[in-house]
Amino acid sequence: MSNLDTSTAAEWPLWEVFVRSKSGLDHKHCGSLHAADPKMAIQMARDVYTRRQEGTSVWVVRSDQIVASDPADKDMYFDPMEDKVYRHPTFYRLPGSVDHM
Amino acid sequence: MQGSIAIDQSPSVQYLLRVGDTCLILGQRIAEWCGHAPILEEDIAMSNMALDLIGQARAVLTHAGQLEGRGHDEDQLAYLRDEKDYRNLTLVELPRGDFAFTVLRNAMVATLMKLLWERLRDSSDAELAGIAGKAIKEARYHQQHAADWVVRLGDGTDESRQRIEKALRELWLYVPELFESDAVDEAAQAQGLGPRWADLRAPWLEEMDTILDEATLSRPDEAAFRSTGKRGVHSEHMGFILAEMQHLQRAFPGGVW
Repeated sequence: MSNLDTSTAAEWPLWEVFVRSKSGLDHKHCGSLHAADPKMAIQMARDVYTRRQEGTSVWVVRSDQIVASDPADKDMYFDPMEDKVYRHPTFYRLPGSVDHM
Repeated sequence: MQGSIAIDQSPSVQYLLRVGDTCLILGQRIAEWCGHAPILEEDIAMSNMALDLIGQARAVLTHAGQLEGRGHDEDQLAYLRDEKDYRNLTLVELPRGDFAFTVLRNAMVATLMKLLWERLRDSSDAELAGIAGKAIKEARYHQQHAADWVVRLGDGTDESRQRIEKALRELWLYVPELFESDAVDEAAQAQGLGPRWADLRAPWLEEMDTILDEATLSRPDEAAFRSTGKRGVHSEHMGFILAEMQHLQRAFPGGVW
């Protein structure tokens, strides 16, 4: 990241925060924060994102460790799926005992 | 203008007031960081901690009022006593200082409260034991959070080190009061209400030494000075914080949200 100017280079790194609201559910992305290291990031995530009982578990990930798709590739990546309804398995009848699909 | 209430001087009520008032006044001091902490995340952390402490104070003061049997509720006890009837440690009424001062004081008080709540879980007073069971979890987090910062500042930059060393010199003057025994403590011990605070001294020093060692700080010698907040004789700072806290209840008696 050679294009960082000195003011941002001196800042604490950015972390993405994921909170699991209860056991069995997935961790969901809920925001980000600046922290000096993993321990501080976890504590701050706890203080900022779970203060109203939102969570039972917290993950933090350095934002610069996330590999993202390029917005310029959006058309190429995602538009071709628009007219392919047959990829949605909506034509099958589910047994009554299968809920929440 | 609402006048002051007189409180019961029995040892068990006094013992509870020491616990409740220490939480109440430190909660008020930490709350002063709201909107002023060095970073947003710490601002929220400080407010969380202040609210934990005020929650603990509410529970303990409510119970003290019931034990007292004069019909005083948590608000009356929190806001309508004269300065001499507050029983908090002098340590917690000192102005909030800089961030180093605040986190070191939090580490010292949270370590004390953690040790105290641990023992109060076995109190002969079931209500107090119940409050302790809940508060211990909060105190553990307060200690971890504050101790982390003490280590970061002690082992950080020249400026952070100089600030935490200054805070350590200032705050350590108020340590002896934490562990002075008197008739209130002896009575609490005899009744099984709670431990003598003097008995917490050895484990407290052990835990503080661990934190200070990791922060590469050396523990100051014990001061000859003895503060006396637990007995109701406070520093010059107490009147100011009470004026701020009490203004609303005095001006609008019984006012609620």
